[in-house]
Amino acid sequence: MAQDETQFRRILADFFANPIAAFGLTLLALILFVAIAAPLISPQNPYDLAQLDVVDGRLPPGSTASSGSGTFWLGTDDQGRDMLSAIFYGLRISLTVGVMSTLIALAIGLALGLVAAYLGGWTETVIMRIADIQLSFPAILIALILLAVLGQGMGKIVAALVTVQWAYYARTVRGAALVEKRKEYIEAARCLALPPSRIVFRHLLPNCLPPLIVVATVQVAAAIALEATLSFLGLGLPITEPSLGLLIANGYQYLLSGKYWISFFPGVALLLTIVSINLVADQLRDVMNPRLQR
Amino acid sequence: MLVFIIRRSLQAVFVLLVMSVLVFVGVYAIGNPVDILINPQADQQEREQAIAALGLDKPWWTQFLVFVSGAFHGDLGKSFVHGASALGLILERMPATLELAIAAMLIAIVLGIPLGLWAGLKPDTASGRTIMAGSILGFSLPTFWVGLMLIMVFSVMLGWLPSNGRGPTTLLLGVPVSFTSLEGWRHLILPATNLALFKLALLIRLTRAGTREALLQDYVKFARAKGLTNARVIGVHVLRNILIPIVTVIGLEFGSVIAFAIVTETVFAWPGMGKLLIDSINLLDRPIIVAYLLVTVSMFIVVNLIVDILYSALDPRVRLSEAKG
Repeated sequence: MAQDETQFRRILADFFANPIAAFGLTLLALILFVAIAAPLISPQNPYDLAQLDVVDGRLPPGSTASSGSGTFWLGTDDQGRDMLSAIFYGLRISLTVGVMSTLIALAIGLALGLVAAYLGGWTETVIMRIADIQLSFPAILIALILLAVLGQGMGKIVAALVTVQWAYYARTVRGAALVEKRKEYIEAARCLALPPSRIVFRHLLPNCLPPLIVVATVQVAAAIALEATLSFLGLGLPITEPSLGLLIANGYQYLLSGKYWISFFPGVALLLTIVSINLVADQLRDVMNPRLQR
Repeated sequence: MLVFIIRRSLQAVFVLLVMSVLVFVGVYAIGNPVDILINPQADQQEREQAIAALGLDKPWWTQFLVFVSGAFHGDLGKSFVHGASALGLILERMPATLELAIAAMLIAIVLGIPLGLWAGLKPDTASGRTIMAGSILGFSLPTFWVGLMLIMVFSVMLGWLPSNGRGPTTLLLGVPVSFTSLEGWRHLILPATNLALFKLALLIRLTRAGTREALLQDYVKFARAKGLTNARVIGVHVLRNILIPIVTVIGLEFGSVIAFAIVTETVFAWPGMGKLLIDSINLLDRPIIVAYLLVTVSMFIVVNLIVDILYSALDPRVRLSEAKG
């Protein structure tokens, strides 16, 4: 246990040794805070129609509301909605979709990958062949077609993202598990006649986690970007649940008349989210890779 | 080698068949095209005539059999909306998409390999670090948003380049192309840059990693020890060895460029297959969706096959292990 703690401390210390990664983590923490606390810190509830005034429509950043009650720091959209509040709420939806789909895909991919590695034989062939074929097609194409078939909605986009993502985890876990499987501690566990489920979940699984954590971090960013793209194409979330992608799509038609802020700021929020996650993932990869340890 | 090609081709045909069944069954479940395609004012008799004309009155498996037997004759059904052959409509739009994809690939290759080589040779200099930071940004930027920003800066603010559409086309060997005129270039440059960005970042990282690894190899040290010039060591010994994985990735990524063209085409209103697909999904025009998928999947499979063959031709080591296995 004591050794576990020093291991954890070492990872933590290594992580913060890189100022860029520390910056990424701080930014990510800030974004998470904003997303979780959106209803508390937003200047207005962007989806309460009673609070919107069409007179305030398409105001540039820094304008004062017609009622004189506040300033629109990032401007307003065509319905007089404060962009800052819309972005806070949009972040909430984008992050929810990204994290939820990653966790579900992780669970499915983890189970299938472990089963494939532990059982081997035709079970392994079938699972890995399906994963291989699926990975040979671009994620966006698969997600697009699934949504064309399923239709719109939060549950449907999560289902599409899970379908796209599980194969990455299955492949990563299987690779790690195949290496671990040959080690002595698994052999020892087998000699003790422990049940297979216990060997897989208590012995094999914890040792396969480090590479998986890195892949999962990268995939959260990928899922958020994919969801935004699909929503932009009009195939993701419905208008009632506007994620960042949908906010950007709404501003598209005003872009040509020079009203840049409706698309620009949600895009910046999306970019900051993805960059911060990628920075954290990059550093995690280095910190968790035992080959790079001094 | 021949056995390998035959085995891969059979596998490809199987994938294609499975895909077409999945897609057809799936697409059949989207909404009811009858409600969308037939004039709501039509009386019952007109409705039935239209349903029969579109083949929508038959059970789904009959529709599938009609579709499969048609597919073998190069007929993938008629578009509900345009009333023309779905395959014809896709093929008509294909040159525009290919032109965009090839232009994007060329931009990525011409910039990506030299930049990656530079970053790999000088990893600790300011320029090397800047290139790598740029590539992280290239990975993180959502394609569609970059497209909007390109339009905002170069079309709206500066007014240098058009924001949408394709330039005038001329026939080159029977294929309509737009890169022969200045106006065509002006329309092409923004969407092609947009589409290239992600692949550019990928190629930079790949080339850099390959270069750094190759520099540590014995053959590079030996070439240096022989007294070869730096240019020859890098140009011949390093570059040739890192080019093998790069060629593979370029080949495999071409398919994903075609898929990502869906997004770029939508942003820039580029009249390619991707935009046709999005329009068709919104109109529930089933035959076009199915035809698009079958055409793209076939392209992927052919490209993957070519890459595999090219790979074994470029690298004798692959050929050896293939002969043994």
